[in-house]
This record gives sequence, structure tokens and C-alpha cells, in this order.
Amino acid sequence: MKINKNMDDLKKRLSKHITITNELGLHARPAAMIAEMASKAESNVWLIKNDQYVDASSIIDILSLACLQGSSITLQIEDPVDAEILDQLHKLFKSGFGE
Amino acid sequence: MAPKEREIVLNGISGSPGICIGKAYLVDREGVDVIEKYHIRENQVKKEISRFKNAVKKAKSELSQVIEGMPEDLKPHSYILETHMLLHKDKMLYGKAIEIIESEKVNAEWALKEATSRAKSMFANISDPYLRSRSADVEHVSDCIMRNLVGVTDINISHIDKRVILVAHNLSPAETSQIQLERIKGFITNRGGKASHTSIIARTLEIPAVLGLENATEVIDNDEIIIVDGNRGVVIVDPDEETLFRYEDLSKKYEADKADAIRTSGQPAKSLDGLVMGIMGNIEQPEEVVTVRDHGGDGIGLFRTEFLYLNRPQYPDEEELFEKYKEVVELITPSPVTIRTLDINGDKEISAVPTPEEANPALGLRAIRFCLKKPEVFKTQLRAIMRAAAHGYVRLLLPMISSCEEVHKTIELLDEAAEDLARQGFSFNRDIEIGVMIEIPSSALIADALADLVDFFSVGTNDLVQYTLAIDRVNRHVAYLYNPLHPAVIRLLKMVTDAAHQKNIKAYMCGEMAAEMINLPILVGLEFEELSMAPQSIPIIKNMIRRINAAEAREFVKEVINQKSAINTMQMIEDTYGSLLTESFK
Repeated sequence: MKINKNMDDLKKRLSKHITITNELGLHARPAAMIAEMASKAESNVWLIKNDQYVDASSIIDILSLACLQGSSITLQIEDPVDAEILDQLHKLFKSGFGE
Repeated sequence: MAPKEREIVLNGISGSPGICIGKAYLVDREGVDVIEKYHIRENQVKKEISRFKNAVKKAKSELSQVIEGMPEDLKPHSYILETHMLLHKDKMLYGKAIEIIESEKVNAEWALKEATSRAKSMFANISDPYLRSRSADVEHVSDCIMRNLVGVTDINISHIDKRVILVAHNLSPAETSQIQLERIKGFITNRGGKASHTSIIARTLEIPAVLGLENATEVIDNDEIIIVDGNRGVVIVDPDEETLFRYEDLSKKYEADKADAIRTSGQPAKSLDGLVMGIMGNIEQPEEVVTVRDHGGDGIGLFRTEFLYLNRPQYPDEEELFEKYKEVVELITPSPVTIRTLDINGDKEISAVPTPEEANPALGLRAIRFCLKKPEVFKTQLRAIMRAAAHGYVRLLLPMISSCEEVHKTIELLDEAAEDLARQGFSFNRDIEIGVMIEIPSSALIADALADLVDFFSVGTNDLVQYTLAIDRVNRHVAYLYNPLHPAVIRLLKMVTDAAHQKNIKAYMCGEMAAEMINLPILVGLEFEELSMAPQSIPIIKNMIRRINAAEAREFVKEVINQKSAINTMQMIEDTYGSLLTESFK
């Protein structure tokens, strides 16, 4: 029970849910902003939509996920040392990529 | 004949008339030059990878120079180039290419090509057209790296520096649009049919094209001499001397006939017994009005309005539409301009609308159906059209009509828009001729009912044939069945012209069928008032009409209507009008 709770906590710390708000969805510019940020991480950063995982450090991979306005996606890191990057990414998404 | 090198004859579909003789230039599937593939030894892998990295570095520095050189006021728009900067080092491109060099022991060019097509294939299944079209960014970056890899040689078809005949698997609209016309003598492709984009472009450029050859890219080598006979849909590879001489003569005769037709193109198309038909031009861009005028067109029979809606994230506003329409109207006035309202379809997707995936786009939400679902978008266009109509002779043409209700609804919207315009004090003209496209069999079958609601019909034969015969004209397995002379099509046309004339409205045609000489006796006999076509076809079609007796053609149609197959009909045309179809057209 305790272990499970810890696992859940850890999972919570390692991932964030977000809804895409900007009008054109994750098009080239947001994808480039995400990839640039994610490429600074120590370990893998994932974008997840409907159980489909893509590498957040690749613009091509992000675009191929086809996230339109209103898509609900999950950001996930593998290593807690990247928590800072996860936060930054979360903020970036919330800001609607400055659009 | 001496049995030396034997010439090879390939049969395809005639995409655009004319004859040319020249050297083959192979364009590979990706739209760039043929990329060589060779294997490298284990100890060369490192060197090959650094060669690749170097090319990426050079491509990036070229791009950063472009960005730095941008004037201040353009800087906000440089984000797409910044994205390209990052794409150079993207895992799916950069990482993948290096991985392929290592694992497959191939040259860097091939590895890059492989990585690029894999990355592009990731985009193929995206339903959102805007996001899907981002694969063009990947392609562009890959092209830049490739240019640096292979050295100074230009690799894009926009850089071809000699007069050649393009040989390709298939050409996309993007590829065809970047071709420098003065460098290309002709096109031949494995895929495509009469009504495909490539053939429309070839006809616009007035160069011969033969399509649907299936294996042209395998049979033909670079620099091989080939003859393209766009009149008969034949390609001859490595011709012998006798064939060459014969074709040089045919080519000269064709050019002479064409020149003759252009000289007389300004005069009306009057049949032997004095009946005058309007021969109009189809256009897509305002600039093309000039081409229509130069080729003797009697007006614009079809102004496609999609161009302002494509490749952009937002809908165009009313002012922009109005300016473009007015430009066309003013250039051709007092001749008419037939403006067709937005007709988005399967092969022209609109970026402003994230279209939900449709299993059957040709039977889906397109044209008038789309517009009636988006009344605000539709009204913006109707307003712009009515405003342009204050500056000349404008007709309104509604695409994909399949029922009377759609016409009623459109007229309601038109009235609403007119009221708004009046209230806002714009100058406009509500009193314009309204017509419907007859391109769905249902509309041909209820033509008598539709005729009560409108001022004219315009038959769009490309779709009408496709829907009537259930044939996808770009599917090469069935494209050969696409035949406007099918008895079912001819009977539908007869229903349409009969209904129009009984109700005293006009019958026009704006499909490819109108531009084929062989169909003309029937179209004259059916008493179409106007035919509209690619501007380049106007002179030849006018010339042909001048050699037809309209009263005889009407009698001829009475017999054609009873034919049971397209083959019989073609034989009848051949027997009765064969001598009119000039030598080089046979």
C-alpha cells in the first residue's frame, strides 16, 4: 500500500496533463519551442496522446502526433532530475506558446 | 529495316497534345534527382558520417546567414526558418540518417533520402491538412542538406538547366508548380490520367504530356532520346532514324496548325451554317485572364476561387476576395466572368479548416455542402462576388448541387447578404445570373426542376463522368474506363440541354470534355451555347467548330443517343467527322 502510494506520487511528480489551447494546435513553432526545451533534459521527455508516445525533443515526432486545439495530452519525464524542465514545459503549454 | 538498336513503344494516356523529341531527364519519386546508392566499407563509416555532419553544418550556416540577412520588419516571420534550423539536427532526420549509415553501411546521400522518406511517411496519416503539410518543412531541410552533400550540383527540378523531357513516377502539384517552363519540353509519368493535375498543368504550359505509362521510369534511362506524342498518348524510346524523321514532320505540321489556329482565334466560333458558340476560358488565378484574352476567349466560363483559401491558416477576408474578383472582372469586361463559389474537394484541401477524416471525400462534405454548413464563410464570398458584380458582367456558379433545396438555401443567403450590403452602403449588384454546376447525376436527372430556379447550367464533365461511371480518374487501374463518350454520359447531357432549352435557360459546359476535338460534333449537336476550357485549347476548338455544320450535328446526335457503347460512338465520329480531325490528331 505504502509502496503503491509512493509510486503514485512519483508518477504524479513525473507527469503533467495539459489541454492544447492555441488555435492551430501543436504546429511547427510550438513544436520547435518544445523540442528545444526538451533536448536539454538528462533523460527522455515524452508527449503522450491516446497512449501514443512521442519524443518531445524531436519536432518531427511532435508534429506527427497531430495535436489540434483541444487535444488532451500528457507530458512525462523519466528521471526526477528533469523536474525543472517538466515545469518549464508545463508553463510553456499553459501560456499557449505566446500566441 | 536494319535490326540494330530496337526502338521501344510505350502506350499511355494523352495528358496534353503536342509532339516533342528530346533527352530524358529522370526525376525520382521524392521530386529530386536520382540519388545514387552505394555501399561503404566498415572503415569508411566514420568518414561518411563526418561528411554528413559537415553537410548539415554547411546547410545550417547558410540558413543562419539567410536569417541574419532578413530586414528588421520581417524578423517576426523568421520563426519558420528558426524551426528549420532546429530540424537540421532533429533526431528523426539527423539521428536517423547517421543510424542508417552505420547500420546499413550506405552512402550519406542514400541514408538521408531514406531518413527523409521515413520522416515524411509519419506525416502521411495526419488528418489535419495544416499539420500534414508540415512535411514540406522536413523536405525542404533535407533538400538543403542534400545540396551540400552532393556538392555544387543542383538537385531540385526547379534548377534543371537544359531543355529536357521530364520522366517521373508521378508529379505532385508542388513539384509541377516549381518547374521552369522554358526548360521543359514535355512530361511523361507512370501514374496519372487525363484529368489529373499534371495533365491540366501540361495543357496550361502548352507542352505535350503522356501519363499513366506504368513503367516509364524503369524503361527509360537518363539522357536517352525519346519522342513524346501527346496527341496519341505514345512514347517512343530510342527511336530509329525513320521514326525520328516521321515525327519531326508531324511535329512541324502540328505546330503549323496550332499557329494557324491562334491567328484566327480572335474571331468568333461560327459553324458552317452560321451558328455562333461562345468559347470561354477556365482560370484559377486572376493573371490567367490575360492568357484567355490572348487565345481569343469570349469570356471566363469558370473562375475557380479556391486559390485564395488554400495554404493559409485563416479564411481570406471580404476585401481581399473583392479585390481579386474585381481585378478579373475589370480585365475582361464587357465579356462575362463566371465565378464558381468555393469548391473544396478531395485533392484540394483547405488549410483554414481542420477537416475530419472522411472515408470517401469525393462523396463527402465538399463544395456547396461545405458552404451551406459554414454560412458565414459562404456569405463573405457571396458579398465579395456581388460587390465585384457592380464593376462588370458577373455570373454566379454553384458547385456540387444535388438538389433544389441547396439552390433555395443559397438564394436565401444571397438575399440576406444583399440586404446587409445595402444597409452598410456598399455598391453591389444582386441582380446577377445564377447557375448551377451539373456534375452529379442526380442534378442531371432533375435538370427540369433546377431549370425553374436558375439562369444557366454549366456541366462539369470531369466529375459528372466520374460519378456516373463510378470511376476514380486518378486510379490507374480503372482510369482507362473513364470515357465521356459512354452512352450514359451522353444521355445525361441530352437531358440537361433538353431541360435547359425547354425552360429557356442556357446550357454551358466547363469540363475537360469540351476541350477534346473528338467530342465537338456531339456538343454542337446538343446545342450547348458555351464551352469553357483551358485557355490554350480555345484556338483549336474554335477552328474545329468553324468546320462543323450545326444542323447536321443535331441530326448526328439523334443517332449517337441510340448507341450502346462508347466504342460505337467513337467509330461513328471517326466515320462522319474523321476528315475534320487534322492529320496529326488521328
